[in-house]
Amino acid sequence: MKSDIILCGVGGQGILSIATIIGEAAMAEGLYIKQAEVHGMSQRGGDVQSTLRLSSEPICSDLVPRGAADVIISMEPMEALRYLPYLREDGWIITSSVPFVNIPNYPEMAAVEAAFAGVRHVVHFDIEQMAKEHAIPRSANMILLGAAQPVLGLSSEQLDAAVRRVFGRKGEAVVEANIKALALGRAVHPEH
Amino acid sequence: MKKLLLGDEAIAQGAIDAGLSGVYAYPGTPSTEITEYIQQNPVARERGLHSRWCTNEKTAMEAALGMSYMGKRAMVCMKHVGLNVCADPFVNSAMTGVNGGVVVVVADDPSMHSSQDEQDSRFYGKFAMLPMFEPSSQQEAYEMISDAFEYSESQCLPVLFRVTTRMAHSRAEVEVKIKSKAENALNYSALASNWVLLPVNARRRNDKVVAQQEQLEEDASLSCYNTYERLGGQNRVEGASPLGILASGIAYNYVMENLRTSKGVGVPVLKITQYPLPKTMVRRLLNDCERVLVVEEGQPFIEEQLRGVAESKMVLGRLTGELPRTGELTPDSVRCALAALGVQFAESPHGLQDATIARAAEVVAPRPPQLCQGCGHRDVYTALNEVLKEFENPRVFGDIGCYTLGFLPPYRAIHSCVDMGASITMAKGAADAGQWPAVAVIGDSTFTHSGMTGLLDAVNENADITVIISDNLTTAMTGGQDSAGTNKFEAICRGLGVAPEHLHVVVPLPKNMEEITRTIREEINYHGVSVIIPRRECIQTFKRRGKSYKQ
Repeated sequence: MKSDIILCGVGGQGILSIATIIGEAAMAEGLYIKQAEVHGMSQRGGDVQSTLRLSSEPICSDLVPRGAADVIISMEPMEALRYLPYLREDGWIITSSVPFVNIPNYPEMAAVEAAFAGVRHVVHFDIEQMAKEHAIPRSANMILLGAAQPVLGLSSEQLDAAVRRVFGRKGEAVVEANIKALALGRAVHPEH
Repeated sequence: MKKLLLGDEAIAQGAIDAGLSGVYAYPGTPSTEITEYIQQNPVARERGLHSRWCTNEKTAMEAALGMSYMGKRAMVCMKHVGLNVCADPFVNSAMTGVNGGVVVVVADDPSMHSSQDEQDSRFYGKFAMLPMFEPSSQQEAYEMISDAFEYSESQCLPVLFRVTTRMAHSRAEVEVKIKSKAENALNYSALASNWVLLPVNARRRNDKVVAQQEQLEEDASLSCYNTYERLGGQNRVEGASPLGILASGIAYNYVMENLRTSKGVGVPVLKITQYPLPKTMVRRLLNDCERVLVVEEGQPFIEEQLRGVAESKMVLGRLTGELPRTGELTPDSVRCALAALGVQFAESPHGLQDATIARAAEVVAPRPPQLCQGCGHRDVYTALNEVLKEFENPRVFGDIGCYTLGFLPPYRAIHSCVDMGASITMAKGAADAGQWPAVAVIGDSTFTHSGMTGLLDAVNENADITVIISDNLTTAMTGGQDSAGTNKFEAICRGLGVAPEHLHVVVPLPKNMEEITRTIREEINYHGVSVIIPRRECIQTFKRRGKSYKQ
């Protein structure tokens, strides 16, 4: 088993919680893990990314080589495009479709969508709207993770169990909201 | 027991398990998480290990020496530029030597993700004649810390422990010990004749440390972390190889990532994680190979040394263009170098079509970091810009912290930012040169780190400067650590001799704009030292406190 994942978004959008859940699930499976994170200056509203490598064999590089990522999970559509050079030809993009506009020169959404055209496997949807509709407004990032689950190499049971362990101390309501979010997201993926 | 740990956390856990008695540090990306981990670790808390933040790296290094003097193990942590701040005690710690083990962890930041330069700390280690460790993985980082303390005590020298951003901020599973070693007992064996660096003592110590170098190099050549083997490829052949590789620290991983899938014969690889550079191992590699590619994270430290040993045409790397001269290495840049030198690969990544990538690149706009919504620094810059519009050639000397982002639009408010504390001293120098208005903008934590002495200079000459200490009650840029001067700034300024009538505290909020602009205007028009302290809690720590109340 080998899975190279790029997580991205804008500082403060919660990509590190997605990484935490995947890392926890992979640890429980006894997989090897390397997860490079961004700390410091760019966390202040700038573009942030984290790479996660999971494998049943020991992993050498902390960074994912270009053209090798199996999936890009993005909390923001333009940010997903930033990492296209790292995606495999048959890799997946799982992204929120809601732009986070905190720069004056944010591109037209039509241009952003057109740029996805050359990528074979793209899942993009409004995770925030879905979170609101299901009364779990703080779990949008777990909806996104759910939508990526079928291509991560981890089972939904493994992710659910990781959510229980990571969010357990915050109480049953938080755990249930996040497990519900994973299921909602999973249903969006065409291969669920 | 396996734990998923950042490189920084592996270092922290390793130190606790090695019987650490105190960590001394000033926050700095990418080193901050080492001390934070120790602050929160149950064993460290139970033992009462020292882990409070220090005012700067120099006070940290000196306190660690004091702990070592009493026989206990101390660790000092900092980012690379922090080593400039504590260079004096660091270099002289080789002259005093240590009693309890001292490990100085320095996190370099190639590619300058969060820094103003990409200096390579290994030069400092060589300069100070100290042994250095540079782990290639989180597991090694965990294990080597313990060895570094042992080695420090056996050699009576501090050990420089070098990591880089990707090691510090990358997580991996680490097998950790179940039980932490006990701390050293207090002892009184430190000799004044070693620790009093009068020339008569220092000369003797200098001779001793110089004589020790041969032993340190010998030890490095025997270190289990420095390995020499043929790697990659499907065939093992002995004899001369057209290419050999010398890889140090984390760069070794990028080499291995690629050699995993290389074809043909294996390549001799010398892995270096303990210094001084063991020349016997290097000679063996040079004898076995026609050419050697040096792969190291940071500046060409080993490469330059190799060029002194071998014919220069044999040594390839950052200086000869096979690898980029600056910036962080990547698996891709290393692959490119290997391919250019004839290594063939069984498989290569199959990315998207170039046209697709190019189309996306046209759409993607840069998204630089910015001051948070609701941040008090924003109100400070709004007020400052409004007042400075009234002057012909104002100059604002900035400093290191979140507020450096005031350089970017929409504020474009600062004209310099060099090193911790330089805002006040540069404003003074500019005023000495005849500049008016000369304004310094400095954060609370940066002020106590390195701004206070400069303010004393300014007060002693009654320099015509206006100092704004933008106090958000925390060390914000690195994630909200305690700030050494909180609640003490007015007293510090008065103590340094700032006139009470030219010392003001304001609350940076839009509703107070009239008061803030009036204060700044009046103090610029006062031709002497004035200090204005806009004080409001960092919006990030404020939100976090709010959350913890709710839970």
